[in-house]
Amino acid sequence: MTDLITPITMPKFGLAMTEGKIAGWNIPSGTHVDAGQEIADIETTKITNGYESPASGTLRRQIATEGETLPVGALLGVLAEPAVSDADIDAFIARFQADFSSGGAATTQTDQAEPTLVSLGELTLRVQDAGQGTGTPIVFIHGFGGDLSNWMLNQNTLSTGRRTVAFDLPGHGGSSKNVGDGKPATFAATAAALLDKLDISRAHVVAHSLGGAIALELAKTFPQKVASLSLIAPAGLGQGINMDFIEGFISADRRKTLEPVLDYLVHDKTLISRKMIEDIIRFKRLDGAVKGLQTIAQSCFPNGRQADDLRPVLASFAGPAQVIWGADDEILSPDDAKGLPETIKVLILPAAGHMPQLEKAADVNAALTKFID
Amino acid sequence: MQIAHDILLRSYRSMRTIRDFEERLHVEFATGDIPGFVHLYCGEEASGVGVCAHLTDTDTIASTHRGHGHCIAKGVGVDGMMAEIYGRKTGVCHGKGGSMHIADLSLGMLGANGIVGGGPPLICGAALSHKVLKDGGVAVAFYGDGASNEGTTLESLNLAMVWKLPAVFVCEDNGYGEATGAAYACAGTQKARAAGFGMPYLECDGTDFFAVYEAAGQAIAHARAGNGPVMLHVHLARWYGHFEGDAMTYRANGEVAEQRARHDCLKNFRQSVTETSLLEPTALDDIDASVKDEIEAAVKAAKNAPLPEPADLEADVYVSY
Amino acid sequence: MSKKSFRQAINEALRQEMLRDPRVVLIGEDIAGGQGGTSGVVDAWGGVLGVTKGLYTEFGPDRVFDTPISEASYIGAAVGAAATGLRPVAELMFVDFVGCCLDQIMNQAAKFRYMFGGKARTPLVIRAMYGAGFNAAAQHSQALYPLFTHIPGLKVVIPSSPYEAKGLLIEAIRDDDPVIFLENKVMYDDEEEVPDEPYAIPFGEANLTREGDDVTIVAFGRMVNFANEAADRLEKDGISCTVVDPRTTSPLDSATILECVEDTGRLVIVDESSPRCNMATDVAALVAEDAFDALKAPIRRVGPPHTPVPFATVLEKLYLPDAARIESAVRSVMAYKKTKQEA
Ligand SMILES: Cc1ncc(C[n+]2csc(CCOP(=O)(O)OP(=O)(O)O)c2C)c(N)n1
Ligand SMILES: [Mg+2]
Repeated sequence: MTDLITPITMPKFGLAMTEGKIAGWNIPSGTHVDAGQEIADIETTKITNGYESPASGTLRRQIATEGETLPVGALLGVLAEPAVSDADIDAFIARFQADFSSGGAATTQTDQAEPTLVSLGELTLRVQDAGQGTGTPIVFIHGFGGDLSNWMLNQNTLSTGRRTVAFDLPGHGGSSKNVGDGKPATFAATAAALLDKLDISRAHVVAHSLGGAIALELAKTFPQKVASLSLIAPAGLGQGINMDFIEGFISADRRKTLEPVLDYLVHDKTLISRKMIEDIIRFKRLDGAVKGLQTIAQSCFPNGRQADDLRPVLASFAGPAQVIWGADDEILSPDDAKGLPETIKVLILPAAGHMPQLEKAADVNAALTKFID
Repeated sequence: MQIAHDILLRSYRSMRTIRDFEERLHVEFATGDIPGFVHLYCGEEASGVGVCAHLTDTDTIASTHRGHGHCIAKGVGVDGMMAEIYGRKTGVCHGKGGSMHIADLSLGMLGANGIVGGGPPLICGAALSHKVLKDGGVAVAFYGDGASNEGTTLESLNLAMVWKLPAVFVCEDNGYGEATGAAYACAGTQKARAAGFGMPYLECDGTDFFAVYEAAGQAIAHARAGNGPVMLHVHLARWYGHFEGDAMTYRANGEVAEQRARHDCLKNFRQSVTETSLLEPTALDDIDASVKDEIEAAVKAAKNAPLPEPADLEADVYVSY
Repeated sequence: MSKKSFRQAINEALRQEMLRDPRVVLIGEDIAGGQGGTSGVVDAWGGVLGVTKGLYTEFGPDRVFDTPISEASYIGAAVGAAATGLRPVAELMFVDFVGCCLDQIMNQAAKFRYMFGGKARTPLVIRAMYGAGFNAAAQHSQALYPLFTHIPGLKVVIPSSPYEAKGLLIEAIRDDDPVIFLENKVMYDDEEEVPDEPYAIPFGEANLTREGDDVTIVAFGRMVNFANEAADRLEKDGISCTVVDPRTTSPLDSATILECVEDTGRLVIVDESSPRCNMATDVAALVAEDAFDALKAPIRRVGPPHTPVPFATVLEKLYLPDAARIESAVRSVMAYKKTKQEA
């Protein structure tokens, strides 16, 4: 009977996630759900995300209560067809809980790789290396002020059957603070060197915002390394840029001043969590961090406009390319995706801001999986 | 020098009590039962005892953080001390002071002191009381080589001279203040410091009871006679770490072993009094046995003694309020 | 980034600032230890509780100065050196010993800038341990930050965690005014993630460690941890608290405290220092004056009784505020109903 029962467990959204809180159930007990339907909102210290049902069936039990914080892998609820008896479900739950408390928690610990530090000459880069398999690897490049955790809802999902690498650009996250001249071409050279160091000769490049411009520079200078381009709200395709965001991000040094700046990033403002703000403030306090951001801003956005026009690079890129944009992006306009060659797929996601990979993770993951496979 | 029989017996008993008390604390501390900081006086017994042998309850002493020996030498009972160190209601300070603050003013014991250099100024005050009240008392400040560098100590030497106080400044020089050697921290000499204030200076080997007894006798007689203060510089060695838990890596290997073998005040006392037939070995053995029982009983009693009660927390902040 | 103890975080801040600026020197009793000893081992202690361990070995005798037990002179020397080109970090060991050198801090360091018509700079940090909970009794357990806060010209920092300690100490060393940096001795083994890189946390900017709607808890130093614990327990019962860690008592982030009280309407202040004229009275006065209308209940202070710190463990436990006492204070302000008819 148990194969008719599907446990719903605390998902692991990011590599660093160890526990989550049930922000709320979207489905009452006893209702039928379809696979892929959002059944609960799970809040981590970084973000709140909808949890999609792994299977179809009736939600027979809600075991976790709203507001409860549980480790990854803990039982949240049980799905089963109405035919399954309550007694069978109780027995299933009892067995699951016994297994989980005896060893389950430990196993969730082991697959949780910590980012490592990789030296490239003078630079040290913080790298999250995940997945393995024969598929062409994926490299993720974040944008201005971001870090590898920007991919926390994506990297895991895309790591089936292939290696994936996310890293902190120089001047960001846990990487060295030396940004050189702060130009996309310079960062592209660093990315290329990192791929060499990691023995990755060719990778699908998934890049966000300023990372998009870096990806385009990479494709321009090292075309043989780039298997495909997936550009999410990329820089380099237009001139406009929300300088209130860039300047505010650089100058805000406390939660109160930073929060409204970060609000520009998302459509759903409630996504900006305390922890996210705190993490950015902590990053900006590091010696040299603000200076690095200033250098990048001056190089990339002098006089409040984007410095580099990389449309020709994208137009002439030989491999497959796609552009994904949130319709409500308040930092770089989705209009920049207009007028691209027809071979380039453009996906505009409604009700999403500048970070669709977080805000619409499921849609973005689906688009990436389909495009890359 | 002739020393009365009863003084010899009493002094030996005091030194033995201090030794056993401290060694027992060393063991008990390691079990984790004793809270807070504990500084042991092992190896230095003859100093406190040799000085206090000349004092009565009318006289006053001020002690230091390493105060157990001075307390015992001045007559504070080990039951009350042990209970205090265990934080019990039956402690001399009702469990509110602990090892570093044992005091009994009725015995002229102005307190151990958590503040280095806290004692010498207080002793100027005590000496002033003795002088103004004309009770014939003398005030004695014990302070370490480390404390000799505190401004309070140096100012007190000066003040005592200016006021010609019946005070004795006993500098217990064990060569270290915490982990720093006096060789580094003390410029010049104690002798020259005394001379700088025009103060009479005596020095002695602090591991030899008879030497201390004699020098202290002179110093205290001088002060008691109204001739003003004296500095008594006592050369010592401490046998344990600065406080319990100190690994003493700053001391040469064998330094303490050498002290224990050659400069044990108890061993040397026994040898000296038995060789000269001043005391019978059995008399000393009896003291050893009785002290052993006394310490055992004190520890047992302390462990079983009641803890302070909640109401004690706010009692005795003021005389009246 | 790695897990570091409060002790390691402070050591790392000192080390990184010494590397960055050759004018930064350390002065204190046994901050190396072993000088003048017979084994020749120096850096034998690295401070009584091992906080400065290794710095003498790394930086040598021209940067790390062990002192005689002479607080008035070496703290005074640090003040004088600060006024004349060095950036000393002096360690007073236990803050209780300030009794031996208060003049140099209160009448000298604190006053130079003002008395000299704005012409002096005294970039000095005095580190010291404070706090009860160590059975260290009345002369080694005080929480004297209100004393320093009271003195114009001094800045006063009380870090509440390893992350905070590192960033605030770096800021203190870079600051051009005399700063008193107080470390709770019970917290040295507390651990959390602390970046490996240097970073500075600005003074006068409170940190909200919890955000809630019902009650604002302002807590200082180690008490922030107890306040968080209480807030987490209360949240399970539906009472949501904001916990404010002011980080520095001078300057004090009054704006944030007032805003939080405006939002919640209730205030509990947790201060482990003696209750008369302490930070709790200071914050209570601030709120009574500037956020009176927002208050839905009387302000409550959680603190020790007005006594010296007792030695015995049972008494010391009673003495110190803890999460349970904070929790019951919060519940009492939540339960408060105005009894008098509004006029
Ligand atoms: C004013 C003050 N400064 C520092 C200390 C810390 N401390 C306690 S004991 C001690 C060493 C004292 O050395 P010394 O006076 O030689 O006495 P000893 O420990 O050798 O008996 C120090 C520095 C203190 N308690 N008070
Ligand atoms: Mg000494």
